Amino acid sequence: MSTMTHHETVYPKRPWKATKADLIPVFALLVLAAVVDYAVVAVTPMKGKLAYALLFFVFGAGFQMVLKWKQLGRRAAIDSLAGSVAITGAALAFIPVISLLETAIVKGMKGLYPGFFIHDMSVANYQSPLNQGGVIQAIVGTLYLIALATLISLPLSLLTALYLTEIKGKASGFIQFLVQAMSGIPSVVAGIFIYSALLLTTSLRGSTIMAALALAILMIPTVTRTAQEVLLLVPADLREAGLALGATQWKTVATIVVPAARNGLITAVILGVARIAGETAPLLFTLGVSNKINFNPFFGGQSALPYYVWSGLADGTELGIDRAWSGILVLLMIVLALFVVARVFGTRKVKTK
Amino acid sequence: METRVQMSTDNSSQPNSLAGVAAGRRREPGTSPLGSGLEARGVHAWFGSHHALENVSLDFAAGTVTALIGPSGCGKSTFIRTLNRMHEFIPSAAMAGEVLLDGKDIYASGTDVTRVRLQIGMVFQKPNPFPSMTIGENVLAGLKLAQMKYDGNKDDLMEETLTRAGLWTEVKDRLGAHAGGLSGGQQQRLCIARSLAVNPKVLLMDEPCSALDPGSTLRIEDTISQLSKTMTIVIVTHNMQQAARVSDYTAFFLADGGPGQMIEVGPTNEMFSRPKDERTENYVSGRFG
Repeated sequence: MSTMTHHETVYPKRPWKATKADLIPVFALLVLAAVVDYAVVAVTPMKGKLAYALLFFVFGAGFQMVLKWKQLGRRAAIDSLAGSVAITGAALAFIPVISLLETAIVKGMKGLYPGFFIHDMSVANYQSPLNQGGVIQAIVGTLYLIALATLISLPLSLLTALYLTEIKGKASGFIQFLVQAMSGIPSVVAGIFIYSALLLTTSLRGSTIMAALALAILMIPTVTRTAQEVLLLVPADLREAGLALGATQWKTVATIVVPAARNGLITAVILGVARIAGETAPLLFTLGVSNKINFNPFFGGQSALPYYVWSGLADGTELGIDRAWSGILVLLMIVLALFVVARVFGTRKVKTK
Repeated sequence: METRVQMSTDNSSQPNSLAGVAAGRRREPGTSPLGSGLEARGVHAWFGSHHALENVSLDFAAGTVTALIGPSGCGKSTFIRTLNRMHEFIPSAAMAGEVLLDGKDIYASGTDVTRVRLQIGMVFQKPNPFPSMTIGENVLAGLKLAQMKYDGNKDDLMEETLTRAGLWTEVKDRLGAHAGGLSGGQQQRLCIARSLAVNPKVLLMDEPCSALDPGSTLRIEDTISQLSKTMTIVIVTHNMQQAARVSDYTAFFLADGGPGQMIEVGPTNEMFSRPKDERTENYVSGRFG
């Protein structure tokens, strides 16, 4: 057995990470791929952004493959190709998102001014100059709708998911089928359902709560399905450990299973909110209309950002369409802010010491 | 994949366990038997800023079984995972030092890490047969995963590796069944057979018997003794009788407040009868740990 004595300090290293020397050929080949890409597009009939992107992928991935083949052989070359395809796939998925955000920001900035967030539309109409009126009533309405729809659908969804994963009662199969079927409901049908079931047949009028009910119909299957999947990921050992301590099933679920699935359940709610935040069709039948702030969710018409956008586009004038884009931008900002808040406050802080 | 169960039964009770190797059948990766062994030189390991293992230098001579013993948290598992580059899968992990396989540093720049792991196999604490594969497919999984060309008879390979792992007689009639139906001990022996099929030079075993009953444990210990004729074995164990039974050398690890260190290494009988270090003596005699 050999022993070695180190008198000098030893520093942590990560020999598995690529060194600068390893990365130089990688980047050199990417640059080369870009040059070849440019040259090929210049001399062949293939033209346009698509040709650049496609050829850059072909050359980039190809050159990296050759490099890996030279260094480590065939298996590493195939591995490199699979990696390139994954990176390209991720990049392709991002292109529409980035492009959409860019369009929303560029077009939406035009109608934005500080008053846009303070004023409502009772002082202006869609053809008014862009420095009049605003969307405060729609922001309030959208926040109300999201809050109410979540309030209605979250308990129902969570309880349904718990029924399906924990109780596993006799009706599980049937309920599972219903949830599956519900997730396919077109959003306009949810609106028409509330309209025909609650508004046409009674003296009720369109209001925030009616629209929230329609949105909850859409939200329930999404949240239920996701919650069900994350609850299934909680190891059975944990449930058994709780039960073996003499806990009732309710206590085990409430204090062990649900907290263990907490981050996943927050994702479920986020997905549910994402499903409904931009819905317009159900609102058309159920929201009533208001161009002023309405804090009463049970009475009187309400506004909402998707509805505001829809009206702006329906108005058809240049100013109306500008306003619609600004509404889209505000909606995106609100949804983003809600997600960030949900993640920041919802993620459990793991204390290490 | 259909598993072919066409072995004649007359040779199944006690087939020549090393037939494949003895016949000099060409099996590319690992190209066991033996080689010149594995050598750790000044190995340190960190998790983030936590220094988990300090300056371990240890030779694993070809064809020997080395047991790593020590209390929980002393760095044995961390150390064994540096030996086939599994340590680096932990995001905050870092290391220093060298691990030489046949004289070549497996951490050297430009090393094909998949090839290293093909030569240095690993059996984990918890049996982990692939759930979507049958017993037979599990045994041959390594060939498929490593994209190896195997020019021998795969049924023979299956029988040979399962026999060497001490599982053949129990599963020969249900190679097409799913591996999840096996008992824990059988699953672990299946995992050993799976490691053997790619013919590694070194086999690392991280507490392979900790979840098993004494009967299965004994069978695996038999298997280890058989295997040591053709490969180098490193085994982490909490069971000192096991270390005494299966190993040629024993290394004692201890983390005394600071990072884990190797306190002492020597031939197993000496380590258990007359260890040089008092701490080793206290541990092997059961006075602590």
